Amino acid sequence: MANLNAAFSALADPTRRAILARLALGEATVMELAEPFQITQPAISRHIKVLEQSGLILRRSEGAKRPCRLAPAAITEIDRWLAMLREALEANYSRLDGVLAAMDSTPTQDRP
Amino acid sequence: MTKLTLKTEGDTHVVVTRRFAAKPEAVYRAHVEPALIQKWMLGPPGWTMPTCINDARPGGKIHYAWTDGKGGGFHLTGEFIALSPFSRLEHVERMHLPDPTPDNHVVTTFTPDNNGTLMTMRMTLPDAETRTAMLATGMEHGMEASYVRLEAEILGTPV
Repeated sequence: MANLNAAFSALADPTRRAILARLALGEATVMELAEPFQITQPAISRHIKVLEQSGLILRRSEGAKRPCRLAPAAITEIDRWLAMLREALEANYSRLDGVLAAMDSTPTQDRP
Repeated sequence: MTKLTLKTEGDTHVVVTRRFAAKPEAVYRAHVEPALIQKWMLGPPGWTMPTCINDARPGGKIHYAWTDGKGGGFHLTGEFIALSPFSRLEHVERMHLPDPTPDNHVVTTFTPDNNGTLMTMRMTLPDAETRTAMLATGMEHGMEASYVRLEAEILGTPV
């Protein structure tokens, strides 16, 4: 749960979402990730650190470069959590289907 | 299979859609008439809503309280902003867990869809952090009821 919370917090920032979108295309170095943004490399490095700590991305050691990539398990966990919320809501709405069916079968008086 | 969608939008919105096999008038009434609300807005098996106040007019109060029958429970308060029978509801709400959560501004629309209704519920939270907190922790307590653990019994609720 703590991880999931961190993951959602990490996703709340538009720059971090853009970084994840870039990483969805494949591995990239900090330098490559910084390119599209009007912010400094240390600022990008901070975002990357948040993403790494939340478990959304992984970093490989390749000399000083340490390229980043998406952590598939983290993304799956978020998807699964949203799926659970959908299921929970669906339990209520399935009951509402029954309520609506009962309303339909009750002869209604003319309403104004 | 499921007719429900739940998505985040931008930094502060959550949008839920669901189709129903009933006219917009019926679906709208099921969202504002306490006797109907108490039949479905319950959450996990065993939970009930002993308090259901829904004063469906601009400025009218909303007060829902849920209990698990074993001493557990929580409540929600809110106020209506605008109502257009039978197509649109606008209100704010907050959960009391027991401290109140930041206001959730909710617009629910009911649109004719073939012979049924497409319901769209668009929630706006004050900021990205609040939405994050709601998605990550708050919704399990409270969007509809206390979904403390989404175990098999809930997932297995007959459709």
